Amino acid sequence: MIPLSYFLILSAVLFVLGAVAFFVKRDLITMFMAVEVMLNAANLAFITFAKSASSIDGQIIVFFIVTVAAAEAAVGLAIILLIFRQKKTIKSEDINLMKG
Amino acid sequence: MAHFLFFLLAIVCIASVLGMIISKNQAYNALFLVLAFACMGGFFALLDAPFIAVVQIIIYAGAIMILFIFVIMMINLREGLPPERKKWTLYFALGIAVVLFVELILTMKSAFSSLKSGGIEKIGSPTDIGRLLFTEYLYPFEITSILIIAALVGAIVLVKKRDKE
Amino acid sequence: MSETIIILIKVVCALVWFLLITLYLTWVERKESAVIQDRIGANRASILGIRIIGLFQPFADAIKMIFKEDFTPRFSRRFLHNLAPFISFFFVAITISAIPFGDVLRIGGQEIKLQVMDINVGLLFVLAMLSLGIYGIILSGWSSNNRYALIGGMRGAAQLISYEVALGLSLIGLIMVYPSLNLSTIVHYQGELLFGWLPKWGVFLQPLGLLIFFFAALAETKRIPFDLPEGENEIVGFFTEYSGLKWGLFMMTDFMEVLIVSTLLTTLFFGGWQVPWLAADGFHFPWGSEWLLPHGIVVIFQVAAFNIKVFFFCWLQILIRWTYPRFRYDQVMDLGWKLLIPLSLANIVATAILLSI
Repeated sequence: MIPLSYFLILSAVLFVLGAVAFFVKRDLITMFMAVEVMLNAANLAFITFAKSASSIDGQIIVFFIVTVAAAEAAVGLAIILLIFRQKKTIKSEDINLMKG
Repeated sequence: MAHFLFFLLAIVCIASVLGMIISKNQAYNALFLVLAFACMGGFFALLDAPFIAVVQIIIYAGAIMILFIFVIMMINLREGLPPERKKWTLYFALGIAVVLFVELILTMKSAFSSLKSGGIEKIGSPTDIGRLLFTEYLYPFEITSILIIAALVGAIVLVKKRDKE
Repeated sequence: MSETIIILIKVVCALVWFLLITLYLTWVERKESAVIQDRIGANRASILGIRIIGLFQPFADAIKMIFKEDFTPRFSRRFLHNLAPFISFFFVAITISAIPFGDVLRIGGQEIKLQVMDINVGLLFVLAMLSLGIYGIILSGWSSNNRYALIGGMRGAAQLISYEVALGLSLIGLIMVYPSLNLSTIVHYQGELLFGWLPKWGVFLQPLGLLIFFFAALAETKRIPFDLPEGENEIVGFFTEYSGLKWGLFMMTDFMEVLIVSTLLTTLFFGGWQVPWLAADGFHFPWGSEWLLPHGIVVIFQVAAFNIKVFFFCWLQILIRWTYPRFRYDQVMDLGWKLLIPLSLANIVATAILLSI
């Protein structure tokens, strides 16, 4: 039996790596992928706690997170594609219309 | 056996996320991520959640990442983006990462002691999940379906090329 | 220890069965197409002058394929280019592990399930692995660095994703009828009788579901009525830049998909290893008579029934492949999104209504 704390530590590591990727990367698509990594780290923590509490609710929350992530990916990628069509770039620094 | 599987999957998972950070090619990034998500499915299976594990693989690895790869191929940027951001962002990110990690571990530390290995009974059977989804979580479930329809319509409207008047 | 050995034997047996049948499907396809077109077909391969209607042909083909030059274009992305055929191959080959070949076999006090892995969510596992197979197509198209291959790969991925929706939705009615995702449990449910004489097979309970599943699965195999990803004769497709063994792997994957679709059709809609009225101790006919059989014979009956059904569907798919012309791309998409998916939703609603009364 694997100690459940291992899973929690792993989820923390993955979350931090996702955050690092979000800060270091500069193209929108990879930044978006980094967000997905963080979501997955959260999923892992939820499932771990569900197992620890012998309750199924944590798994249901993960189910919802996964479905919402699918919707989010569709809209997010559509927006990125639109940005690319209009500005011919997906680098985050080049999207600075809101800069005063 | 379970330990071996766990460490194998953990190493592959972390390595592929690291690979995503290091690699500059978006298509490779997406593939690394597919690997990471597949490993995540393995973790869920280890944690007695076979249904969620398969859902994770079907939806994340099978659908969402295919979408990403489609967009990457459509955009098809030349390889070799200009060098990374100014050096200080990297150090800044690393600093934030360390702080975040310490914070997370400190938060979880209180949870470690109360973690139980759970009962012997299997919890994640599809029947149980289905029953709960259609009773206790009926409203969230229905709202999710509306959300997905909205996202679908929204994505199509956003990306569709408008006819020239 | 003996557990491990049994699992190993099961894995080896399943893989050998799978690969051998796949190899022979190539021969069956050549022969069947020859008969359809009034030719003789492959009959020359011989060992020491003995040629039994060309039964050695697949091995000759395999040897030829292995020793052909394996040419990787200089402009390709080498690593992914080499990896892609193996991804395709692996994700189809692994699905065989969830398929039940028969009920339990009792040898020396041990009960052996004739199934490599009895997964709780076996049906979803198969669907998941088939959906991961798309990566093989996308990657081979993209890593070839050839526009025609890329477009072929995109066509393939779009087609497979579209039909995966119909494929999944067509099975929901089935899951409602046999309340389980476990393939062996589904087969067990199909052993019951309807009205006391009709076996409770999926084909009788879910006829519409069967049709939708069959069309969607045909599209998933990427063969002729739906061979938009790789039309060998006119439209260039995703494995254009491959040669030798790696090309052979893609070819094998096609035939393995035919075989997997046949096993899935058998398992889900045609009772899997069930023989009508055959229980664990022999036949119990609905008109009252009985024919008791020893355990070993029953198991042989079951495995034989499974194989015969699977061969029938392989034959049927090859027949379809050599009979129909190719769809246009917009026709493929229309069929998937505008016909199969609404029909499968209607099937779910109809099943729910019928189940509740």
